[in-house]
Amino acid sequence: MPKSSAILIIFLSIALLAGGVWIGQNINLLPVDASANAPVYDELFKVLFTIGTILFVGMVGLVVYSLIKFRKRPGQTGDGLPIEGNLPLEILWTAVPAIVILFVGIYSYDIYDRMGGMQPLQHEMHDHENALTTQRIWGGIGSGTVEATTVSSITPLMIDVTAMQFAFLFHYPKGDILSGELHVPTGQVITMKMESKDVIHAFWVPEFRLKQDVIPGQPTILSFTPTRPGRYPIICAELCGPYHGGMRSTVVVESPEEYEDWFRKNSKDAVSVT
Amino acid sequence: MTISIPPTSQQSTESLQPKGWLRYFSFSLDHKVIGLQYLVCGFIFYLIGGALASAIRVELTSPISDFMARDVYNQVLTLHGTIMIFLWIVPVVNGAFGNYLIPFYVGARDMAFPRLNAVAFWLIPPAGLLLISSYFITGAAQSGWTAYPPLSITTAEAGQIIWILSVLLLGGSSIFGGINFIATILKLRRPGLKLMQLPMYCWAMLGTSVLVVLSTPVLAGTLVLLSFDIVAHTGFFNPVLGGNVIVYQHLFWFYSHPAVYIMVLPAFGLVSEILPVHCRKPLFGYPTMVYSIMAIVVLGLVVWAHHMFTSGTPPWMRLFFTIATAFIAVPTGIKFFNWVATLWGGRISLNSAILFSCGFIVNFVLGGITGVALAQVPFDVHVHDTYFVVAHFHYIVYGGSVFVIFASIYHWYPKFTGRMLDENLGRFHFLITFIGFNLCFAPQHWLGLNGMPRRVAEYDPQFTFINQLSSVGALLMAVSTLPFLWNVFHSAFKGRIAGDNPWEALTPEWLTSSPPPIENWVGEAPLVSEPYGYGMRKIKQKVDPTEEDLGGNSK
Repeated sequence: MPKSSAILIIFLSIALLAGGVWIGQNINLLPVDASANAPVYDELFKVLFTIGTILFVGMVGLVVYSLIKFRKRPGQTGDGLPIEGNLPLEILWTAVPAIVILFVGIYSYDIYDRMGGMQPLQHEMHDHENALTTQRIWGGIGSGTVEATTVSSITPLMIDVTAMQFAFLFHYPKGDILSGELHVPTGQVITMKMESKDVIHAFWVPEFRLKQDVIPGQPTILSFTPTRPGRYPIICAELCGPYHGGMRSTVVVESPEEYEDWFRKNSKDAVSVT
Repeated sequence: MTISIPPTSQQSTESLQPKGWLRYFSFSLDHKVIGLQYLVCGFIFYLIGGALASAIRVELTSPISDFMARDVYNQVLTLHGTIMIFLWIVPVVNGAFGNYLIPFYVGARDMAFPRLNAVAFWLIPPAGLLLISSYFITGAAQSGWTAYPPLSITTAEAGQIIWILSVLLLGGSSIFGGINFIATILKLRRPGLKLMQLPMYCWAMLGTSVLVVLSTPVLAGTLVLLSFDIVAHTGFFNPVLGGNVIVYQHLFWFYSHPAVYIMVLPAFGLVSEILPVHCRKPLFGYPTMVYSIMAIVVLGLVVWAHHMFTSGTPPWMRLFFTIATAFIAVPTGIKFFNWVATLWGGRISLNSAILFSCGFIVNFVLGGITGVALAQVPFDVHVHDTYFVVAHFHYIVYGGSVFVIFASIYHWYPKFTGRMLDENLGRFHFLITFIGFNLCFAPQHWLGLNGMPRRVAEYDPQFTFINQLSSVGALLMAVSTLPFLWNVFHSAFKGRIAGDNPWEALTPEWLTSSPPPIENWVGEAPLVSEPYGYGMRKIKQKVDPTEEDLGGNSK
């Protein structure tokens, strides 16, 4: 290989890597983040977007370059080079994707772990677990039953969610509030126990980057910690019938004070939020 | 044991068959006729499925449900998915090209079981008509092609039952085909032809058929149970009667994830046949291509639960299925690098077949990258069941399989008809299909990430513009079929005469006349030990059957 083309290849590779990293880090395709696990998700997204951009642009570049460079010119006859394979090269392009996949897998496991193992917070956290648990962001999904507790360093706010064709109903056991709109205070771990009355629905808030199916006959759980005040859509993401597209609600993330006002106004019991 | 069919064995049955164009409407036992029956029948269903897709895109040009009634919309999307998968891609990449090419590739005069083969095809038109007629008779199923209970049990029961019957017939057809391909590839090989000398499409079809035979019966059993829940009010999947809705999802995806490979592995095989011919180069890395197909088959059977990360699956399951799914990218990646290496240093004719093949590589790489991302549980819980997923799988099945089907039609049309397609029209067809496809589906990634769920007739008005952009792409895709249809019909009568081997290809189907005689070859089948021996002078001489090669047939 001539020296000049080697330099060109190295230059192009660096440009591809740098371009991919720039695009991955600077082009935002996601909505605003409104829960504690969302920034962690966005980190994962940036890494995947960066790797994906590099691979995609690299492969497309190779295909387009080959088509132009090795196209059959008028008057040319005969065949191309009779290369049947190249074992070292094939081992290379087995190993490199394997390493990339391994890296992505380990990295996404780390993200998974930081989101609380994608497990919802559902039982009391004992003191000896605190060192571990306080660093975790409680954002996760799962199934099973939830026991609300008060003896814990992190006490989740429990909300019962009932899904039906074509609405979500939110019941706050403390205060016995029934609402069609979800109100949650910032900085508070929320654990929702969800069950469907008829068909499968799914609870999705894009700004929380979380989704969990709501299933008849099998309770599921979703935990999150809202961070950014605002009104965000709650969307049903599982085909549930003719009005599936219209099955939407709103989650209102508000400061603890505003939440307390809302709670007092709607509470049937004369209890305080704390 | 390898059986060689003597040239006369088909004569007696064939003489009873109609001749000329009528045989395409008959219960023909000729694998070439059956292959073309699959292809044309599949294409008619593709046009119907495409019309339904256009209806969906028209509905989605506005954020409110205004083009059709909401329940009709759900029927349309259910029919669109079912038709495109079970009546277009699966029958065409397997049945059409498999039937036409496999007997040539193994050096046989027909498939192992010609009658079973004809039965497998003739199950498809009634099943398709049944499915479509359900819209007019009872109203079609409304629960999507996935038919998740309890929705499928409680909504449009009659349509759902017809849907189940139709899919069962199509599944049966698919199983018959799979058994036939396995038997043909393993048992009908010409004496002297080794497995590792087979063209790559044979390996792809062997792997695919193993998947078909292992997984399709599971779908059939599941749908029978679902039909019991609807008709006999049993409680397998009905939570009101103590059934479990998640069990259905496991059983369904045990078939339906391998179904993705049933749609793309044959496409991989077809591309591996097309690229070497038009690049004038051997297929790069034949052995690794074979091993990666086998790896995809094995891994493809153990990844199904990645469709269920939000279904309340336990953590260990999420971890296992994430790893298994992501690792499919490794053997798939090998294939893509090998195809690019096949292009490298070739003498590439920039014709329609090569353009569609390279369009497939580009589209599928993007679909594969989003696939690896979707395999990651934390990533998936945000975008699951959104337009991101819609974009991802259309990049796989349309950008992948359908592009390859078009490439294959451009490549094998001279073999089917003896005439050439118009290349300029073909390149024009590629251009608008490629632009239309990417305009339609690329923006849908963004829609999904930003909050548009799939299977909705109404959506947040902030997504209107991007949806209209996507619909313009869909319109281009619809329009792109017109030059193709004109080309196919016009060229059948007025096309340039192709000659027997217009591409100067070395694979066995080109070493006979175009179109081929009923017995495939006049005389013995040639022994092609190097189907990709381009640029190798010594090999080229060996391709023409010599006395010595044919001597191997006497045992």
